[in-house]
Amino acid sequence: MSVALVKERYTSKVGEVVLGATSEQGGTRTSTVSVGGDSTLPFLHFEGQMQNRPVIAMEVNDTVPEWNEAIKSQFGDVLGNPGAWAKKCVDEFGADLIYLKLNGADPEGVNRSPEDCTRIVKEVLAAVGVPLIVVGCDDDEKNNEIMAAIAEAATGENLLLGLAEQDNYKSIAAAAMVHKHTLIARSPLDINICKQLNILINEMGLPLSKIVIDPMIGGLGFGIEYAYSIMERARLGALANDKMLSMPMICTVGYESNRCKEANASAEEFPGWGDLKDRGVLWEAMTASAMLQVGASILVMRNPAAVRLVQKNIADLMNK
Amino acid sequence: MALTGLEIYKQLPKKNCGECGVPTCLAFAMALASGKAALDTCPHVTAAAREALDSASAPPIKAIKFGNGSVMGDENVLFRHDKTFYHPTTLLIRVSDALSDDELSQKLEEIKGLEFDRVGLHYSLDGVAVVNESGDAARFEKVAGIVAANTEKSLLLLSSDPTALKAALVPLASRKPLIGEATEENYEAIVNLAKENSVPVIIKAEGLDALNDLVVKAQALDYKEFVLDAGSRNPVETLANLTQFRRLSIKKKFRPFGYPVIAYTSKTEPLDEIMEASVYVSKYASAVVINTSAKAHVLPLMTLRQNLYTDPQKPIQVEPVLHSVGDVNENSPFYITTNFSLTYYSVEGEVEASKIPSYILPIDTDGTSVLTAYAAGKFEPEKIVDAMNKSGIADKITNKTVIIPGYVAVISGKLAELSGFKVVVGPRESSGILSFTKTL
Ligand code: SF4
Repeated sequence: MSVALVKERYTSKVGEVVLGATSEQGGTRTSTVSVGGDSTLPFLHFEGQMQNRPVIAMEVNDTVPEWNEAIKSQFGDVLGNPGAWAKKCVDEFGADLIYLKLNGADPEGVNRSPEDCTRIVKEVLAAVGVPLIVVGCDDDEKNNEIMAAIAEAATGENLLLGLAEQDNYKSIAAAAMVHKHTLIARSPLDINICKQLNILINEMGLPLSKIVIDPMIGGLGFGIEYAYSIMERARLGALANDKMLSMPMICTVGYESNRCKEANASAEEFPGWGDLKDRGVLWEAMTASAMLQVGASILVMRNPAAVRLVQKNIADLMNK
Repeated sequence: MALTGLEIYKQLPKKNCGECGVPTCLAFAMALASGKAALDTCPHVTAAAREALDSASAPPIKAIKFGNGSVMGDENVLFRHDKTFYHPTTLLIRVSDALSDDELSQKLEEIKGLEFDRVGLHYSLDGVAVVNESGDAARFEKVAGIVAANTEKSLLLLSSDPTALKAALVPLASRKPLIGEATEENYEAIVNLAKENSVPVIIKAEGLDALNDLVVKAQALDYKEFVLDAGSRNPVETLANLTQFRRLSIKKKFRPFGYPVIAYTSKTEPLDEIMEASVYVSKYASAVVINTSAKAHVLPLMTLRQNLYTDPQKPIQVEPVLHSVGDVNENSPFYITTNFSLTYYSVEGEVEASKIPSYILPIDTDGTSVLTAYAAGKFEPEKIVDAMNKSGIADKITNKTVIIPGYVAVISGKLAELSGFKVVVGPRESSGILSFTKTL
């Protein structure tokens, strides 16, 4: 006898957001990337559309990162050169987007000027044709300064700019609005703050289709379950027509997973945990996998070997 | 899913004959509802009513136990935020009887190593799936015996040949293995074998419709210790099936699917395989059978499982006693934080990375983070001083300095006054500890 499948009827879907702009659209990207737009829980093709495949943005820094050797060695000699680094991510590792993090802007570090930051953004834009995500350092004030400059210098490129947070969103939201970019709204694993922030940004005049949610995930073994449930609730909210939760979600998978001891400790230090190489790769890839199962649209990743695994996992799950 | 007395009453004959020992059907229904009577004492209850009552009172997904303490099923929600998931996915490593004796002992050695300690928790592998690929009943029996002799873990014996399965099962019946698989072709023999030996059995068919038919037929053999397999062997189809099993059993109380479900990985590369398994652990598999048994592959999967099966209402806590990191001495820095496992281990990780031997005292905040604890009055100076006194820290360090989380800088004055310690305000987030230690 045939079994009557349970197909949920949702009243709405995840909002669709377009990143980047081609020359016809006022930018210089060779192609744009669309995220969101899904009308089902992740990968349940029997009940709705997975409008756009989840995408992977690879991390590029303006300074040589303090990552473990197992990751760094996969990049060869490009780590001091953001343009070449970005190009390698796209050409060799198949990154859909580049996530440029300007750690060097930090006043306590290299203390790069806004002009210098802008120059690096331009360099990366020139090196790759994919859309760009640009975020600053750990200093709010400095970030406001550099983001204003970057937003202006890259007018029309439709960058995905970050980060707007509850206590610091006005300046970057204004910059995104005036210069036609999209914005990352970050909230600390709290569905109410997430909605509130989206409302505040929206009230400033930035349309909902220009906002992406960063729920501030935790890595595998370090709080991933909180992100898992918050994101699952947000996705259900989006499908139930809660407009202020309907934006696609971006997850900083590479950063969070590689902060964990399990992604860095050698087998000599922890013989019980097995070899670092595969463990480190899986720590990042599995963080991504869990986030995909609860509705991540953009995964920000670091380790090329983990990126490869996740690309295959996404392809498998999108295969109707 | 307990029924109320009234719901039960509707199904009774309403003769009020008193033969059940209480004067009326209603009184009997009330006694049933509170578990003080058994339905069998009413001689007049119809078969249809019995069926209805049995199934209405059963949990949406039956709990199936096997082997060494493995429990599958008995879940009540679709999303962990609705309540919690109860029975962590049973993880089994596949061992083929086509392996040579050497390969077999190597594999078993590797499986023995699958015990992990991290963040104060211990993770263990659940069991081993012995698969009959040799086509040889004697070999299957022998390998099952070797595996059983080399592990205390739960066993799954897998063969579609009833003779081979029987040969392997009978000597191991006391281990209560899960067996399989009963298919359209062999289900009578295999379900009866399971029934005779009181072990649970996997019912397998291709697709949900065929599986439904087969489960109904198998149930007619008057046995219900089942685990289900809808035959899919690729991620997207398996995800869809697992979702339907869970939705049908919980939302629709669809009885034929009210059993635990098992999934098998299909990928040949171990890392791909673990990624595939992570989908099934996330979404509803009661048990997953994987091939790789390398520690580096299994640890991430077990970590994911542990994370997702944590009760969202009951945060994991560490013991609120003084912990030391490294080879501490009287000049070691002394940190306080909360006993929320995640907070504590984030701090511990960073302190460890600083390579400065240090003391950390987690305050008992019922497993809440610093901000939440402070807001709830669980991170007050009085309480902290009390914990410091109990820990004997004053006798362990000569610098008499306590480092507090940046978020509670406001308690500095009071804490200094009450404790007599110098109070240093540390970073807000544990990620700031490394650079903070450079200023010490
Ligand atoms: S024996 Fe059955 S029919 Fe008679 S009173 Fe009891 S419940 Fe009612």
